Amino acid sequence: MPVMDYIEAIRLAMKEEMERDPDVFVLGEDVGVKGGVFTTTKGLQEQFGEARVMDTPLSESAIAGVAIGAAMYGMKPIAEMQYSDFMFPATNQIISEAAKIRYRSNNDWSCPVVIRAPIGGGIFGGLYHSQCPESVFFGTPGLKIVAPYSPADAKGLLTAAIRDPDPVLFFENKKCYRLVTGPVPEGEHVVEIGKSNVLREGDDITVISYSLPLHFALQAAEELQEEGISAHILDLRTLQPLDKEGILAAARRTGKVLIIHEDNKTGGIGAEVSAIIAEEMLYELDAPIRRLCGPDVPAMPINPPGEKFFMLNKDKVLAAMRELALY
Amino acid sequence: MKAATIHEIVMPQLAESVVNATIERWLKQPGDKVSMYEPLCEIITEKVGAEIPSTIEGTLVKLLVGAGETVEVGTPICLIESEAAGEPSVPAAQPPAASGERAAAAPALAGTPAGRPAAAEGMRGRYSPAVLQLSAEHGIDPSAVPGTGAGGRVTRKDILAYAAAGGRPAASQTPAPQAAQAASAAPAAAPQPGAGDRIVEARGPVRSTGLHLTETPRIPSVEIEGQAIPGRGETFIDVTPVRNTIASRMRQSVTEIPHGWMMIEVDVTNLVVLRGKLKDDFRKREGTNLTYLAFFIKAVVNAIKDFPIINSVWAVDKIIVKRDINISLSVGTEDSVVTPVIKNADQKNIAGLAHEIEMLARKTREGKLKLDDVQGGTFTVNNTGSFGAILTQPIINYPQAAIITFESIVKRPVVINDMLAVRSMANICLSLDHRILDGVICGRFLQRVKENLESFNSETHLY
Repeated sequence: MPVMDYIEAIRLAMKEEMERDPDVFVLGEDVGVKGGVFTTTKGLQEQFGEARVMDTPLSESAIAGVAIGAAMYGMKPIAEMQYSDFMFPATNQIISEAAKIRYRSNNDWSCPVVIRAPIGGGIFGGLYHSQCPESVFFGTPGLKIVAPYSPADAKGLLTAAIRDPDPVLFFENKKCYRLVTGPVPEGEHVVEIGKSNVLREGDDITVISYSLPLHFALQAAEELQEEGISAHILDLRTLQPLDKEGILAAARRTGKVLIIHEDNKTGGIGAEVSAIIAEEMLYELDAPIRRLCGPDVPAMPINPPGEKFFMLNKDKVLAAMRELALY
Repeated sequence: MKAATIHEIVMPQLAESVVNATIERWLKQPGDKVSMYEPLCEIITEKVGAEIPSTIEGTLVKLLVGAGETVEVGTPICLIESEAAGEPSVPAAQPPAASGERAAAAPALAGTPAGRPAAAEGMRGRYSPAVLQLSAEHGIDPSAVPGTGAGGRVTRKDILAYAAAGGRPAASQTPAPQAAQAASAAPAAAPQPGAGDRIVEARGPVRSTGLHLTETPRIPSVEIEGQAIPGRGETFIDVTPVRNTIASRMRQSVTEIPHGWMMIEVDVTNLVVLRGKLKDDFRKREGTNLTYLAFFIKAVVNAIKDFPIINSVWAVDKIIVKRDINISLSVGTEDSVVTPVIKNADQKNIAGLAHEIEMLARKTREGKLKLDDVQGGTFTVNNTGSFGAILTQPIINYPQAAIITFESIVKRPVVINDMLAVRSMANICLSLDHRILDGVICGRFLQRVKENLESFNSETHLY
């Protein structure tokens, strides 16, 4: 299997889907001539032309609105939000229009749009370039939300998102872009939306997470293995709809659950995962459900010590995992 | 005792608003000797180019920032090794001290796990739902099961192990929790020292590249970079910092200041005669060209003294009239324009102004303007005649109140006392901030400039 960067896998998924289906097109700020500020769309305009890789004005609401309109008309747009932080002007379009059109039109209309947005901090980006907006969109019926942690999942989930008949938010982690490299299956590779994935089997604790923190958890699990603690790690992969069966099976495995995400703790994905477990399997819990998340402070600090405090890392994850294992 | 010491030279704060600067080129290379205050490199900031002088004498050891890179104020840009008499070198003393600290730290860490919270035995009798459920399923009394959890708590795994062992304490069959428990002592301390380093390593490359991960902002000099786009007959010119500054200042001026404009013509025949008479002599004596601009600035400055409001700034709820008359002089080069300042122009005579003009023009051409040379202007003079214009509509040098131009001197037939005469005529144009100034005051001001210019004659003194 070819080995590639996370960002290359995203680019490859778009390229292959654009080759496969002439209805697929990309739009966003600087996605064309520049190839995206992170180069996620590099080379696409040269290959597919300006009509299919469109540079837009600096207006996220318009980007989402145009994409939604095109999708309702049968196209398969991939709208890029340059940073997920800039996505909020488009929130009304996404939540009130894209998410609701199938329901509102009694199934007459659908909206097969993909909205890609880079999430996460740790890149010295400060408050406007580091946010995790999952919780803003999470809990909106009609939206699907995916957040891959590896290049293979990035490609497979983006391919699935593009082919999905409904709106999908694709939250790619910008710190993973070049930090994370891995094998990606050749040819068509689709990762089913709505299914979680066990990354590691273990018996002492269950870690449930998504996106970048999974890497910390995997590294920590390796080290804890030497201490005799074995961790079971579940990648949610899809944040909405959550894979309840997958979550419950993983939680049942050990009865000790640690949920990790970079988005802040209050009202985050972890709260919902925790509630599902509490509702369904209280009597199988062996410890209080734990969450390790970004702190409830308004924004990622720009100063390096502040950023370090805010961000999760392997040490923080390892400490939380060990503490739960020893409970 | 002589000891070499390495010093970091940092990017200095050149002005209050300057937060970063771009190294344009290094004037010294590693290995070069540098003396105190000797220029190390040339930098460009948002405002101006400058040279960074060395703050220490020694040998340049290493460049930390390459040419073309932009760094924040305070960032070390190079290392200089100085020969300084002093106590035993500090670096030599450090390692033992550091390792000593570590040695001291190690036992402390090793000590902690031993004293691991023998914690509240209170957890012994608290059973989780899972423990209760499994105990019931297997018919086990949880109080009989040895607990390996925190505070002696019976864990789910303890019950499973107990059940698997047929209802006996199953210490030997439960390696995992036991090991975990045993290991918990050591690891609690062990991972700490090393673990941090590893994570730093992991985040290293991403961290240093800033916001737009793929691009180190590259500041070109001035050259055109041809970037052929297939199917298009266009080239892209990278916007230089200077160009960018000009663009934003011009836009700010045009969008914020309601510009008014007026023009008058001046008969400078006498001035032409005067200058023709003096210039060769002046050149020989002073080594400087006696330009029309010097006379013009003198005439303008004297007019400003009579109409101080011209020398002011709009401050929304008030108008600030500047006492000092500092004339910004527009000096163009092939690809840019800057406005170095003649400070206290009202205190200089025509000869002094001529010197100042020549000095600033030379510094501009050589790119040697200091920040100080371009700050503090209160009114701008633009010698548009120098490039042949006879009529221009200048943009005010924000946040000043007005800008004046001196157009080409041309010979024209003029009617004087109903007779035709050939006179040397020049136009003078004024753009004004219409929030501060109106037609009447500006008309009077221009008339005064005109009078001053026309009153230069063979009696005029340069000194």
